[in-house]
Amino acid sequence: MGGAAQAKPAPPSGKPVSVVDDRLSDVSLVTKLLRRPELGALIGALAVGLFFAATAESFRTLGGVANWTDVASTLGIMAVVVALLMIGGEFDLSAGAMTGTSGLLLGVLVTEWGLSMWPAIVVTVAFAACVGLFNGVMVMKTKLPSFIVTLATFFILQGLNLGVTKAITGTVRVAGLVDVPGYESAATLFSSTFWEPYKFRISVVWWIAITLLATWVLARTRFGNWIFAVGGDANAARNVGVPVQRVKISLFVLTSTAAALVGTMIALRLGSIQAGQGIGEEFTYIISAVVGGCLLTGGYGSAIGAALGALIVGMAFIGIQFSGWNTDWRFLFLGVILLMAVLVNNLVRKSAEGARR
Amino acid sequence: MRRARPWALLLLLVLALAGAGCSTAADNDDGGDDQAGGGDNVDLTQGSDLTIAVITHGDGGSFWAVAKRGAEDAAKDLGVTLKYSESNNDAQQQAQMIEAAVTDKVDGLAVSAPDPDAISSAVRRAVDANIPVITLNSGLDSFRDLGALTHVGQTEAIAGEAAGKALADAGAKKMVCVIHEQGNIGLNDRCDGANKGFGGDVENMQVKGTSDIQTTLTEIQSKLQSDNSIDAVLALNPDIAIAARDAIKGASSDAKLGTFDLSGDVIKSVANGEIQFAVDQQQYLQGYLPVQMLMLYKRNLSTVGGGQPVLTGPSLVTKENASQVQELAENGLR
Repeated sequence: MGGAAQAKPAPPSGKPVSVVDDRLSDVSLVTKLLRRPELGALIGALAVGLFFAATAESFRTLGGVANWTDVASTLGIMAVVVALLMIGGEFDLSAGAMTGTSGLLLGVLVTEWGLSMWPAIVVTVAFAACVGLFNGVMVMKTKLPSFIVTLATFFILQGLNLGVTKAITGTVRVAGLVDVPGYESAATLFSSTFWEPYKFRISVVWWIAITLLATWVLARTRFGNWIFAVGGDANAARNVGVPVQRVKISLFVLTSTAAALVGTMIALRLGSIQAGQGIGEEFTYIISAVVGGCLLTGGYGSAIGAALGALIVGMAFIGIQFSGWNTDWRFLFLGVILLMAVLVNNLVRKSAEGARR
Repeated sequence: MRRARPWALLLLLVLALAGAGCSTAADNDDGGDDQAGGGDNVDLTQGSDLTIAVITHGDGGSFWAVAKRGAEDAAKDLGVTLKYSESNNDAQQQAQMIEAAVTDKVDGLAVSAPDPDAISSAVRRAVDANIPVITLNSGLDSFRDLGALTHVGQTEAIAGEAAGKALADAGAKKMVCVIHEQGNIGLNDRCDGANKGFGGDVENMQVKGTSDIQTTLTEIQSKLQSDNSIDAVLALNPDIAIAARDAIKGASSDAKLGTFDLSGDVIKSVANGEIQFAVDQQQYLQGYLPVQMLMLYKRNLSTVGGGQPVLTGPSLVTKENASQVQELAENGLR
């Protein structure tokens, strides 16, 4: 249902429609706006942003903006691809651990096995794609819930991250990426800053670009329609000829490839990476996607919404610090935001669907 | 009208929800201030108008609660504003928090450096912005490279060696060293030090950690049951020590237990002999002293330590001195 509203098929070319189908009937702009899945996240982002802008002076400065968009960016890249996967009706709990795995693999390749940076990045992305392929094929072949399959992958990766890192380096981190040939050019692309003296992160540009790309795919391409279709009703989609397995497996590969991108960004930025990196982040990705209007049941959601969800988390993270609050309360705050966003989404969607009749 | 009314109602509801969100957030603010300032906000504005940021990799467990208390007490005693934040062992988050503190133009910055490479560029930003930096807890080997004035903490390897030796003196032959955080290099240094001081058979064991004590307990208990030649357990955190104590009981093992760091429960167990000793690194000082040193540096350009780290430990709490420390620990001061 939501899928049809999200990405309307292009009207038949040239021929005017004589009999008005009620699915194609005009609706008011307000109702159209209300039906957007990202509306709740937009309201939430404005509320949180205005609130912190009012309470903390540093939050409003450009340097402050650079801080909170930095936090939101790597989170947002993952939230957007996780949103695509969730619209497609699946979860990936291994996405957080995968960022750590990618960073560690990259680190080991360049510091222990003597690869230079760019070949190592290619190998890392290829490896991540294989993990995504594994996730996707396992979910498709076993017909088990992706929640369970990727939970297993999550634990496997978590164990590998620690075990392999310790076996190879003798410590729990891989360090020294800064001295590797090719670091400079890779860092320029993945982890540099721009716009002195505010020092915005280049990852913010990646985040915005990926959000726009994902939005275009969802709204304007056949693959985007297929994502909504397989998430909404996989059987119905299969019956009308959508390659359900291929779409879902592609989404898993996309998610873990994006995790490799983010892992590379983190490793290059920090110059070292810890075995525990990314553990627990997978839920923040899912939270951002849900705040952004994705349904846990699939078939509905938005990439821009997920990006806004990540922005809310980033603003809250830095805003709480700027305000000098006791950070003991941070998760309470995040929980309240999540609950509110979901409630607003729910309310708005129900009203919008009511208004349609 | 049929169209407009639901829309108006909805708008009202959304606004009400947004408003509720803001007021909830404001409530948090009050709660936070009460915790940090102890309620008497008058003190905070006395004296200097300095703001000191303390950014650790802490996890909010009982160890870090004491360090935080130290920083809060220092801020209250000295009349400076404290902004304390914890990254829960996430190096990227810690770097982001440090960069935010630089944007915030704080007057002094105290950071723990469990992964110095990861925060070095963020700390460099602070140093470049003429913000004095002191490392605390972890970072003994790297504080000079980071550009910090000094380091306040203990040497992990030496403390580990002392713990290993104490367990060997108690007659143990085979030890398990329980590691509870995946990403913290300091814990591995402790186990390596313990290995050196112990001289016998030492095995490192990764457990779930403070976020899931029950699983951790089960993991330790299974380990003891599967190998009954283990006669010593070294925990690296007070919460883990209590889990290990119960695991030893549960496994009907007579393994000797030593731990790093104190909590009320740990000291009780030391007093009644269930835990042989606790290595105290006096983390209250690791919170308190950096705030005071940064204040002195800002006011007076005073530096402490003469380029050397300021050590806050190790000191062993044993059955003999446990009762004195007990009262302090139960008040969250040790």
